[in-house]
Amino acid sequence: MHPAFSVIFFTVTSGAGYGLFAITALYHALSKHQVMTSDQILLSSGIALALITAGLISSTFHLANPKNAWRAFSRVRTSWLAREGLLAILFYPIAFAYLFFVWSGMQGALVNGTAILGAVWAITTVFSTGMIYACLKTIRQWNNALTPVNYILLGVMLGAIIYALVASMGEGMTKGVITTSAYIIAAAAISKLIYFFWVGAPAGSTINTATSFTSSMVRLLDVGHTAGTFLTDEFGYQVARHRLIALRWIVAIFAFGLPAIMVWLSLSTLSVTTAYMVALLSAFAGVVTERWLFFAEARHVVNLYHGSQQC
Amino acid sequence: MKLGLVIDLDTCVGCNACAVACKQWNTSGTTGPLSDLEPYGKDPTGVWFNRIRNYEVGDYPNNKTVHFPMSCMHCEDAACVTVCPTGASYKREEDGIVLVDQDKCMGCNYCAWACPYGARELDREEGVMKKCTLCVDRIYDENLPEDERQPACVLTCPSHARYFGDFDDPNSEVSVISRERGGESLMPEMGYEPVNKYLPPRAKTNVQKYVNETKSISKVKDWVNRLVSR
Repeated sequence: MHPAFSVIFFTVTSGAGYGLFAITALYHALSKHQVMTSDQILLSSGIALALITAGLISSTFHLANPKNAWRAFSRVRTSWLAREGLLAILFYPIAFAYLFFVWSGMQGALVNGTAILGAVWAITTVFSTGMIYACLKTIRQWNNALTPVNYILLGVMLGAIIYALVASMGEGMTKGVITTSAYIIAAAAISKLIYFFWVGAPAGSTINTATSFTSSMVRLLDVGHTAGTFLTDEFGYQVARHRLIALRWIVAIFAFGLPAIMVWLSLSTLSVTTAYMVALLSAFAGVVTERWLFFAEARHVVNLYHGSQQC
Repeated sequence: MKLGLVIDLDTCVGCNACAVACKQWNTSGTTGPLSDLEPYGKDPTGVWFNRIRNYEVGDYPNNKTVHFPMSCMHCEDAACVTVCPTGASYKREEDGIVLVDQDKCMGCNYCAWACPYGARELDREEGVMKKCTLCVDRIYDENLPEDERQPACVLTCPSHARYFGDFDDPNSEVSVISRERGGESLMPEMGYEPVNKYLPPRAKTNVQKYVNETKSISKVKDWVNRLVSR
């Protein structure tokens, strides 16, 4: 699949934004010790909303006809893209209500309830983003349960790092915030590594099922077009195997390895703010690479009509 | 009704006439134009609803070249319609034709991602998705003589490799021919129940080959003949 920059930027930043909002709201509602002051919560949630909004705006750049984008909420009953759009829009009133409650200094069940609702809503939105890809039977590398799991865990991971960074600037920072982010990084790493091991196994449709000649060898003689088409541009994107492997290492090191080391160093030698600043930059670069690979490694079955033997 | 095509892989000669007729009709039809980019340039590209590929099936000497026209399969469970967020893609209740409402499409390409057959192509000039309409602006046109109310590709095919009709009627030409000759669906494992059927090539008739005599006198004759011709 052709990795479109607008979609990569959208999924990474809005995922991080929803993750950050969820972590902020859950810590606020559920933790006995208040890690953040009201101002910090407003800052943290404000960063989350900025990331989400930047991502959503970016997502419209890959539309060929954006003037009809307002129609994208009309097939919620069947389309994950419509569901994601609707959840993303309806998240705003909940988030603004929460921000208003925090700003007005309100305390009690209403604030906590709104916080938990907002967190669940944010995670559900990221789940829908993942399901946009996971529901496609035409792309084996996406059509599995790990896809939405990875989207959620990587979003929450980036969110947890930003949360710890914001929290480290205040008085209420605890060791618990650091260990929580460490657990989340570990969970995200495990889930993504399982995906990398799993995605290598060939399975699914072949040139034989694509052409209905299932009992003999089939080879493409002529693809029927002299230059590229929309289909070859969109689905024909292919990267050399050794480069994919190298990029997987980059993901492992920058998205998980270096941030994990920084988290560990923040407990001893480095200042927490410096450590998490490095962790954030590294993790962001790693997750952007991960998202690029997510597209570049995906093989659409239409390639079987363009000469591939198996997808 | 369940309208669709039957394509006979035995008689198709791969002449591309169906693709050209399709382009000609539809570029000036209701979904037109089918924009071309750099039509006279180095890398001409553009929208086609129908593309023909050529395959070699089997290994020599039991191999065969098969010409393979593909357009929208008008699937019974059309994933492109399921995933469309705007409601631009729809499947008609009355005849099962899958269409794109160009006034609603936002060009997100999601339907093309969901289609295993590559039936949908984005018109990069107009920014909307386009696809085979089964010549919906032709097959119901009462101004045309009745025998011409068929898709342009079917009408033009010189080797009669394309049939159009209603698969819901068990006695229609398409139902009978696909039943009798074992019409196949492409990528049935996707579960989208494509309506269009492909008829496999017929088995080759066994041809008696002339075998050279191997008597020693004929070898001598052969040798002399070769010598003389020099």
